[in-house]
Amino acid sequence: MKDTIEIRWHGRGGQGAKTAALLLADVAFKTGKYVQGFPEYGPERMGAPITAYNRLSDRPITIHSNIYEPDLVAVVDDSLLEAIDVTHGLSPEGAIIVNSQKPKEEILPHLRGFQGRVFVIDARAISVKALGRYFPNSPMLAAVVAVSGVMERDVFLQEMRASYQHKFAKKPEVIDGNMKALELTFEALR
Amino acid sequence: MAIRERLSGNEAVAYAIKQINPDVMPAFPITPSTEIPQYVANYIANGEIDTEFIHVESEHSAMSATLGASAAGARALTATSSCGMALMWEELYVAASDRLPIVLALVNRALTGPININADHSDSMGARDSGWIQIYAESNQEVYDNFLQAFPIAEDARVHLPVMVCQDGFITSHGVENILLVEDEKVKELVGEYHPEHFLLNGKEPMAVGPYAVSNYYMETKRAQREAMKNAKEVILELAARFEEMTGRHYGFFEEYRMEDAEYVIVIIGSAAGTCKAAIEKIRQTTGKKVGLCKIRVFRPFPEEELAEVLKDRKAIAIMDRSEMFAATSGPLGAEVRAALQSAKSQAEVVNYFYGLGGRDITVEDFERVYERLEQIAETHVIEDMYDYIGLRSRD
Repeated sequence: MKDTIEIRWHGRGGQGAKTAALLLADVAFKTGKYVQGFPEYGPERMGAPITAYNRLSDRPITIHSNIYEPDLVAVVDDSLLEAIDVTHGLSPEGAIIVNSQKPKEEILPHLRGFQGRVFVIDARAISVKALGRYFPNSPMLAAVVAVSGVMERDVFLQEMRASYQHKFAKKPEVIDGNMKALELTFEALR
Repeated sequence: MAIRERLSGNEAVAYAIKQINPDVMPAFPITPSTEIPQYVANYIANGEIDTEFIHVESEHSAMSATLGASAAGARALTATSSCGMALMWEELYVAASDRLPIVLALVNRALTGPININADHSDSMGARDSGWIQIYAESNQEVYDNFLQAFPIAEDARVHLPVMVCQDGFITSHGVENILLVEDEKVKELVGEYHPEHFLLNGKEPMAVGPYAVSNYYMETKRAQREAMKNAKEVILELAARFEEMTGRHYGFFEEYRMEDAEYVIVIIGSAAGTCKAAIEKIRQTTGKKVGLCKIRVFRPFPEEELAEVLKDRKAIAIMDRSEMFAATSGPLGAEVRAALQSAKSQAEVVNYFYGLGGRDITVEDFERVYERLEQIAETHVIEDMYDYIGLRSRD
């Protein structure tokens, strides 16, 4: 087992891939990990492809480069699959999570022969069911935690409730919805 | 007990500013430093600090207002990056020659041409002759720690010089990492209250700041600045010692990493040092080769003798520059370190690399290749390209 888990996020500007990476760093930090969460910046435009990264470890992390051989890739927007080689550098022991409403069979041909584990998660359906609106972050975050095993489900949920209570202090009505989105994601991946 | 947190480099600097609660902060936003004044403005709006925030129309005005506030007797600071600092150029020299203890939170970013928002050191390296003390950081922890030490260094009666606290744009400024924060009361104890000896708003001592100096006086002011810069060395070490006593974290002019027996050494500034450390651990574990790192923390004043003493007897040294100075020879760090080695009559083989310009990434594998090359140079004593690049795309 590697002592550092490396994760690469692919999204489009404005969709929250960077926020998801920072949320993951936050929740892993709270469980005692050493963390890094950082975006790769280019020209900042809504809708342009963006990349964000996480390193999570039980030991201090000094590396400040981007991640080229991730253990896990999270794709927040399936329209990126045609534009970007999202599996680049991903080892066959690794895994990829794709947010899509399409069935897995339609996603696989875009993964350029990737041999590892593939998870397709319909974050839109989950988010709409749980929150009434489409916010892909919570389902994607739960999926990354579930697939990476970086922390226990119950610890994760407990920390996320505390986070949401802090983040949505002025909008308590969305706390339960977000928690529901996390739980539905765990169920969907079971 | 230190406070365990996870913050971006910009958040860490803003938090240090909150703990210091300075008197005046004029600022104008520019990526990637914008978040610093933004967070400070939040602290002020929430009533957590009573710093006077001045909204200015440009960086030229930001540094001008900071000068004015500092000359008046206030503890003043600002934050900027890249072209923002370029627009402060004139005032940088005024701050130093007027001996104003201003602190500038600089988030290093490439200068424009072509337009680029990412990390390199061309902004601060361009200002290396402006008379400011320059302190660089590898991580969020270091930029926070450096910031806490900056005002006491600047304000010391032996120094009276402005301090630039630098960190790498995006890499640390926007990257969230674990950090240990110092308790508020300890920060207050370290930084203290600011009681300037001479200041414009002192009615009992009328004075002029920044008047015309004819040729009969100008040269002596430059000599005085040089003396202050020399004095800054002992003050920087004193502050580091006080800080270590308070936190257990050790700082000096530079960090020596695995240097106890190192034959092949990289000299570097900033966030890439952390990546180099990972390469060192990997090389030492897999091959046992004696590789080490000297990470420059204080570039102005330049610790010439101290650095030469540490480097002079090594077999081969790679000096790594994250900015150009278009001498068509060395980069700025390369030139300084080479001069230091020459003064110490070092026989070490030296090669100078350019890397990371405009945010070009540098990896553990890149550093491994540099150490391989150093070993080869030490064996053959042949250096084919004294000034080389890392990560440059090939012509074809």
